[in-house]
Amino acid sequence: MLRVSEIPIKKAKHANKFGKLVLEDGTVFDGTGFGYSTTVFGEAVFNTGMAGYVEALTDPSYSGQILTLTYPLVGNYGVPDISVKDEDGIKQNSESDRIQARGLVVHELSLTASHWSLQMTLDEWLHNEKVPGISGIDTRALTTKLRTKGVMMAALAVSDKEIDENELKKSLASAKKYNDEEFMNVVSTKQPEVYGKEQESIVVVDTGVKNAILRNIRKLGYKVIRVPWNYSIEKILSYNPRGVVLSNGPGDPIKCGDTMKTAKALIDKNIPTLGICLGAQILGLAGGAETYKLKYGHRGQNKSCIDLDTNQVYVTSQNHGYCIDPESLKKTDFKLWFTNADDKTVEGIRHKEKKIIAVQFHPEASPGPFDCMFVFEELKKLIGEENAKK
Amino acid sequence: MYSIPVNPQYVESIIESERPDGLMLGFGGQTALNCGVKLDEIGVLKKYGVKVLGTQIKGIQATEDRQLFKDSMIECHVPVLKSKTVYNFEEAKKVAQDLGYPVIIRVAYTLGGKGGGVAHNEIELHEIVSRGLNASLVGQVLIEEYIGNWKQIEYEVMADYHGNNVIICNMENVLSMRVHTGDNIVVAPSQTLDNHEYQMLRSAALRAAKHVGIVGECNIQFGLDPNSDRYVAIEMNPRLSRSSALASKATGYPIAYMAAKINMGYTLPELVNHITKTTTACFEPSLDYIVCKHPRWDFTKFELANRNLGPTMKSVGEVMGVGRCFEESFQKAIRMLEIGNDGLVANRMPDEKYDIEEIENKLQNPDDKILYHIAAAIKQEISVERIYKLSAVDPWFIEKIKNIVDIEKQLKTPLDLKVLRKAKEIGFSDKQIGRLVGKDDLEIRKIRKEYGIIPVVKRIDTLSAEWPAKTNYLYLTYGGTENDFEIDSKPRKIAVLGAGPYRIGSSVEFDWGTVNMVWGLKANGVDEVSVINCNPETVSTDYDICDRLYFEELTLERILDISDFEKPDGIVTAVGGQTANNLTPKLAKNGIKIIGTSHDDIDRAENRSTFSKVLDDLHIMQPPWQAFSSLPDAKKFAIKVGYPVLVRPSYVLSGAAMKVVWSEEQLKKYLDEATNVSPDYPVVITKFMLNSNEAEVDGVSDGKNVVIGAVVEHIEGAGVHSGDSMMCIPPWSLSTKVTETILDYTKKIATAFNIKGPFNLQFLINQDRVYVIELNIRASRSMPFVSKFVKTNLISLAAQAVLGKTLPSIPPDRWRKTHNFGIKVPQFSFMQLEGADVVLGVEMQSTGEAACFGESFYDALSKGLISVGYSLPKEGTVLITAGGSENKEKLLQTAALLKNLGYKILATEHTAEFLSDKRIGNVEVVYKISEPERKPNIADLLYQRKINFIINVPSTSTLEKYVGMLYDEYQIRRKAVELGIPVLITTELADSFAKTLEWLRSNETTKKSLEPYEII
Repeated sequence: MLRVSEIPIKKAKHANKFGKLVLEDGTVFDGTGFGYSTTVFGEAVFNTGMAGYVEALTDPSYSGQILTLTYPLVGNYGVPDISVKDEDGIKQNSESDRIQARGLVVHELSLTASHWSLQMTLDEWLHNEKVPGISGIDTRALTTKLRTKGVMMAALAVSDKEIDENELKKSLASAKKYNDEEFMNVVSTKQPEVYGKEQESIVVVDTGVKNAILRNIRKLGYKVIRVPWNYSIEKILSYNPRGVVLSNGPGDPIKCGDTMKTAKALIDKNIPTLGICLGAQILGLAGGAETYKLKYGHRGQNKSCIDLDTNQVYVTSQNHGYCIDPESLKKTDFKLWFTNADDKTVEGIRHKEKKIIAVQFHPEASPGPFDCMFVFEELKKLIGEENAKK
Repeated sequence: MYSIPVNPQYVESIIESERPDGLMLGFGGQTALNCGVKLDEIGVLKKYGVKVLGTQIKGIQATEDRQLFKDSMIECHVPVLKSKTVYNFEEAKKVAQDLGYPVIIRVAYTLGGKGGGVAHNEIELHEIVSRGLNASLVGQVLIEEYIGNWKQIEYEVMADYHGNNVIICNMENVLSMRVHTGDNIVVAPSQTLDNHEYQMLRSAALRAAKHVGIVGECNIQFGLDPNSDRYVAIEMNPRLSRSSALASKATGYPIAYMAAKINMGYTLPELVNHITKTTTACFEPSLDYIVCKHPRWDFTKFELANRNLGPTMKSVGEVMGVGRCFEESFQKAIRMLEIGNDGLVANRMPDEKYDIEEIENKLQNPDDKILYHIAAAIKQEISVERIYKLSAVDPWFIEKIKNIVDIEKQLKTPLDLKVLRKAKEIGFSDKQIGRLVGKDDLEIRKIRKEYGIIPVVKRIDTLSAEWPAKTNYLYLTYGGTENDFEIDSKPRKIAVLGAGPYRIGSSVEFDWGTVNMVWGLKANGVDEVSVINCNPETVSTDYDICDRLYFEELTLERILDISDFEKPDGIVTAVGGQTANNLTPKLAKNGIKIIGTSHDDIDRAENRSTFSKVLDDLHIMQPPWQAFSSLPDAKKFAIKVGYPVLVRPSYVLSGAAMKVVWSEEQLKKYLDEATNVSPDYPVVITKFMLNSNEAEVDGVSDGKNVVIGAVVEHIEGAGVHSGDSMMCIPPWSLSTKVTETILDYTKKIATAFNIKGPFNLQFLINQDRVYVIELNIRASRSMPFVSKFVKTNLISLAAQAVLGKTLPSIPPDRWRKTHNFGIKVPQFSFMQLEGADVVLGVEMQSTGEAACFGESFYDALSKGLISVGYSLPKEGTVLITAGGSENKEKLLQTAALLKNLGYKILATEHTAEFLSDKRIGNVEVVYKISEPERKPNIADLLYQRKINFIINVPSTSTLEKYVGMLYDEYQIRRKAVELGIPVLITTELADSFAKTLEWLRSNETTKKSLEPYEII
């Protein structure tokens, strides 16, 4: 009488290993290793989202970081088929071609996963992508530490054998610091890539772009041309784009000098431009503002931002460690567009005269709420004004 | 504050006198919402220029009316189920045929899914549709495709007047769409949804709320296909609900408070997060734990009730377990229920044995034991896939239950420390572990503490530790290595135990006691007061009423864990009902100081022998009784005093396992059951004195001075449980001499037991002789009622008493000087319990109560009766059926009065004959439901609504109920309940009802506001 069809169920294959997490300040967390057996070093950060680990792990902005999820139960719905692409050739189920975070820290890894879209378990995926994970960690204690002391370097070791703590501490001390790393050549596309066949196009400068940004620009009805982070303005303009998007990405914006040059030119030439996350910081720097590193960043899906034009508050998805200094904004031609409702940090800027807008949060969501999709429409409006002039 | 019925007539009278500017409809459940819609319809709001604050009437209608709801959802691109609203059976039949069976029938404008059901064929359709059409205020039901196997997901939305909106919480129902969310086991946040699904439903919820114009809070429920991302919106509640209370406790976001502010015009961003005190309230809580809500059912109190779970809600309360993994939260929740289980497995009672066929059948038809059945299926090695196919419980949850079963297998002697640690992490109690390894719980406690296996204290902070919390909303878990904070040893600290889940016999009155005790202790100079409780529906679990709130189990193990962390100066167990009271001896034995009456004195009162001895010494009478544990002794005693006898184990709650026994055979059967209930305590037999009155006293004592709250008299005779009986202050039938005796006894007993705190003393009055039947040295169910009546907060006085302060001297007759009447009327929920009978007995069955005050007995009673849902018809027809000549005799005057008042009287053959003999003319004979061919038949008259109320008094109600109930009488009562027709089942109630009708002919009820407590 009751028809219930089957759901794929899979069991963990690469769990129950030795695992150890060591922080720069000497704190040691013992846990159970899963995924790939290796040792990695990176900046320990935490994200407070309660779902969306596939999207988060493939977000290039997590390059160089060891990601802690504060939600304690992870891996419940496994991992879908990551290779599936949409009609434009953009991957449908992930934000980039691979796991970008260096390692994953969770309280509990679900040893069985089930979901209609399931292809493999989380540990299997991490194993395939050569990424280590650790479970059994008091992630709340870890989060509290990062909140009070600030983000710091960490070593995550997963092994089939007992792990030597002192060895690990020593290698952590000599590991390259997050702040000293160069990410752009790792995360950016090497060659321009084109999605769609429309006449009108938007160029996306790839400083580690998430696929959701590409997908959302496609939804606006434009062809997307994704170019390397250091593409010159001339090369960009040779595509005759209607607009430009400066994407999200990892690390300190100050290290993206070439992109900053492009940004300056975009402002000068008044090309309709949208900056997202790192892209926003780069536009800020190009406009004469300054950026700084937050103590423990903003990473989560519940961040409230106030649209100062309308006084509306939006719940946004965020993932950033740096941001624009609001004081420094005053000496530029940018005005504040969005501000963080909690700590009053800069969440969006709008050029006073030019068709340049930027948001610190992630309007493309993925993971997170869809409430700010309208930001893409804002870009379209700017392009519309430009077209109307012509 | 007005203690009057929430219906349009009464509310209008208040609007008329108070002339409020605004009216909030979203805070009083479905009752308030319905009342508000009605007030709008009849033009009251317009007439007095009252503005509805928050969601407007149009928005309420767009969610309450099925068709309007569907249309609205389609307009904002939220898919809904295929369905059609119908107004009669013929239409229903056609729609069901078009959709294909099974179909679900939903009823518009009723409480808690009342009257709905799933029909698999036309016969079932007929029954459910007829019942539903009658239950609906607007006479409409919805026939809909049935998606019982889909996931059931809920979202709680907050929205302001300015277009800001957020999701506070989403929740997943473990038992799929098959079971009403009120009866479902629910987790927050959702566990089996990926980001896409979570956000898809989130956006749909916000779209829907915006479209219908929600301002404040609403709950929206979705069905989600487990095999694709297809979803549908099922329903929306534009008000605070059970779900929103749960969401508040699950997240730490005070939804009702914020909704009230929003209703008044604040925007969400203007409001501040109450936990961090610095961040905005316009955000979405992030949880770093999982909560598990478990309903509490009380089916055992209703002999014929069907235990199956489905679209109609049957639970009477709920608990919420908080942990860092599902297994921990879930096993905690089971213990919190206080149904005698220590977790999912390894309970005191051995698991029931089922064969494969039985268990598969049980998986398909969930009842209150469904997750135990899943565990049983796992033990029978039925695969997770198969269990899923049968039960529609997501494999993820089944796997977690399997983890519990697996660890149960590994727990054996010698105890492996790793297994012990794992067992604690997945929520095993020391009792469960002890049982499996042959040790007692305290030995396990000792072992694990030696090895450092102790729980840590974590905060619920809405932000997963991203911001520092300024409040102490806490839970304990084995899923962590560090406490969030440490306790300062200097301040004077007292912990107060709450009452656990609402259930029959323990409800909001104990929550009132807990909260008032906390305030009282603070007012009397205690530095820090913490509360331990686990009921998400209460005020005592609001983190801001005390210094530290432990949302935790009320078990010895957990209270000792908290004591180890907190090191309190003592614990108050006197305000948490029987739950807290039962813990007193165990806590005292483990070195915890009991604040208030000493545990030795409590023990002297609880132990029937010592209690009796004290009464004998004081020359106070009690009905003959004896404690025993062997059947031959019991039989001998029963024969000596004569049947009927009242049988009960020690330490009982609300008549649980208490029974009136009429024969030797019954006594034997009952003893077997009773020994299952509580093997640690002997069973007591008391002579059941027929034809007696009951009275009780609520009071407070400091050991020397005794403050009498009031003497309260029951309106029904002894035998009806005190919680089910209507009560009246002042006593309506007792002589002054009897009352004086009661006051005298009270003072003597309170001092004899050195009571320091609240107490309740119950008396039985037979032929003007006063017998003591029970002493409870704790806050009672009637204490808030008495406190409000006498304008003296008894718990505030109790707080002074437990701290050893001297009570102010108050004249023992102070309660008599308030020249009015207070009546407490029980509220029953028989309708929800398919099959349950309305006949009352010594087992308490009511699920709530109303207290009304007035200038006369009938003034108060009219309001009380209306409040709990009786209609008081000015004219019409009454059906009288009474069993036994004694009852018939007793009803004679009532019948005569009704006749005089012009009511038409129908009666069954024997009753009619009797009434005619006694010269009550024009009694029309009607025929039993079991003889449908004989007309006029009661069944037809009921369905045609030709009967306005029923007096149905079974021949000795208890005898009939327990020896073998007459099917026919049951049918009358059951049908009447289903059709919402008042049934009066005792002669006292019938008499009061008739006199109330008479009183209303020439009087109007008063509408005075409640007066504040007087400062003493």
